[in-house]
Amino acid sequence: MIKVNDLSVTFTQYEGWWTQRRVSVLHDVSLAIHEREIVAIIGASGSGKSILAHALLGLLPENAHLSGDMRFRGEVLTDRLQRTLRGTVIHFIPQSVNFLDPLQRVGKQVQWGRSKACAIVEQRDLFHRYGLSSTVAELYPHELSGGMRRRVLFATAMHNTTQCIIADEPTPGVHPSILKAMLDDFMRLREEGVSILFITHDLMAALRVADRVYIMKDGRVVEEAQPSQFVGRGESLVHSYTKNLWRALPENEFSVEEEFHVTSE
Amino acid sequence: MKEMIYTVMRGGSLLFGLSVLTFTLVYYSPVDPIQAYIGGGTYMTEDQRQQLEEKWGLNDHPVQQYVRWATALLGGDFGQSTIYQRPVSTLIQERAGATLLLMTVAWTVSGLFGFTLGVWAAVSRGRMIDRLIRWYSYIQASVPTFWLGLLLLMIFSVYLQWFPVGLSAPPGKLLANVTWGDRLYHLWLPALTLSVIGTAQVTLHTREKMINVLESDYVLFAKARGASTGQIVKRHGLKNAVLPALMLHFSYVGELFGGSVLAEQVFSYPGLGAMVTEAGLKADVPLLLGIVLCSSVFVFIGNVCADFLKQWIDPRTKKRVSYDAIE
Repeated sequence: MIKVNDLSVTFTQYEGWWTQRRVSVLHDVSLAIHEREIVAIIGASGSGKSILAHALLGLLPENAHLSGDMRFRGEVLTDRLQRTLRGTVIHFIPQSVNFLDPLQRVGKQVQWGRSKACAIVEQRDLFHRYGLSSTVAELYPHELSGGMRRRVLFATAMHNTTQCIIADEPTPGVHPSILKAMLDDFMRLREEGVSILFITHDLMAALRVADRVYIMKDGRVVEEAQPSQFVGRGESLVHSYTKNLWRALPENEFSVEEEFHVTSE
Repeated sequence: MKEMIYTVMRGGSLLFGLSVLTFTLVYYSPVDPIQAYIGGGTYMTEDQRQQLEEKWGLNDHPVQQYVRWATALLGGDFGQSTIYQRPVSTLIQERAGATLLLMTVAWTVSGLFGFTLGVWAAVSRGRMIDRLIRWYSYIQASVPTFWLGLLLLMIFSVYLQWFPVGLSAPPGKLLANVTWGDRLYHLWLPALTLSVIGTAQVTLHTREKMINVLESDYVLFAKARGASTGQIVKRHGLKNAVLPALMLHFSYVGELFGGSVLAEQVFSYPGLGAMVTEAGLKADVPLLLGIVLCSSVFVFIGNVCADFLKQWIDPRTKKRVSYDAIE
């Protein structure tokens, strides 16, 4: 469905008045998301996961320079194609609750982008599905708890036209039961034919649903792995960073080797 | 309810402080009220002068003078204007309407116009139209009211003769015969002057705020959901940018009054502004204090409106049920 080849992103910044500086944030990233597949991207903050998501959606600021090739079902992802896909075929679940407008009621924000006739009904159904009571629709984002806002953001992406979801860290801070509901939802959507790019730093959550996992570090994809490779002490994993990531989990050995201090969030 | 009492108390203390300050300033000013009253050419014996001083109570202690005035004020008596020899309250009543009309028109027009320009500039940021709007705003912000007034007067009244040179109604016409058409015809130029003067601030602030909004995460998300620029401005921009603009514009009421003093002077528009200048120059203390208090009420009401509107528009400043009650 989505194929990315050698994607590099650099930002041009001004240092003082005259000197320009180019900051490279993605280096030759190649990955693929097939039809009906959940692909997870794991990486620490600053590894370029969100930049990748924004690049796919065409949301990067104007000072970003892209090179490489991005395709959607074989077609080159131009600005124009991205504009037609956004909000119809491809949906985005953002990482921060700041992505909700502070001055609009959350129910209305979920209704946006839907056809007028069924917007209210769809919103009610979605709220019901994610355990949000009907009174919540009348509230403003600041009146919701973190977990509730996550669920609202989740609900915005659920349309019956959705064929692809790019979820940028949708899960931090949610209750385990809600996390399970969200992951179940991903699997249900996959059954319905939706492809999902699941960006997260929660390796365990990713392994529960993903068909394939990409590990990102410092703007590069360092490894592509199958969830089945994450067993034991991680012997079948290739890159030492991935192995350390796996071993550092509390469920495993909780060990971090000296030269690889993974910053946990 | 508690807030209302607090607001009234705030207003009361403001008026008290202001009255003391103005009284002190006038008391220590070099203008001699008796000399100002009788005018330069008239001769007065020392005896007559003392009699007048006695009559006006000018020899009493200043605190005594203030208390006498303030007590009368609480009973609704603003005192007698020394230059007009008529009650201050009547004079203010006669003039306040004209000024209020002028200020309301100027405030509304400059607000709407300024906000629209600001939004337009922000949406087309970096392009030619944005540069033009900013360029216009900077120039306009540095133009003094009286100069613009004179310029408009020259162009529209003297050369083109579209509008009258001054006053708020045709001279020689009885007050009863003055129509709203006459009033608007005379209001046009001073209102235009004040409206133009008031736009730059709103425009530039709205532009800044709107740019912030357009760079916000929620606008990025709206784009990701396929919203067009028009939808983004309508859904997110207006509501998020109108609040700072409104707050700013309400606090501008005070400045607007200052501007209307100048504009009224230039256009000989008989409002409070023209009268306050006269009262100041001729040391008419009761009239001056009366107008100062009256105008501070205008400004205070403006600020109270701003507070009220903020609560109404921005849900974050409202007290509402917390999520604990629902979840």
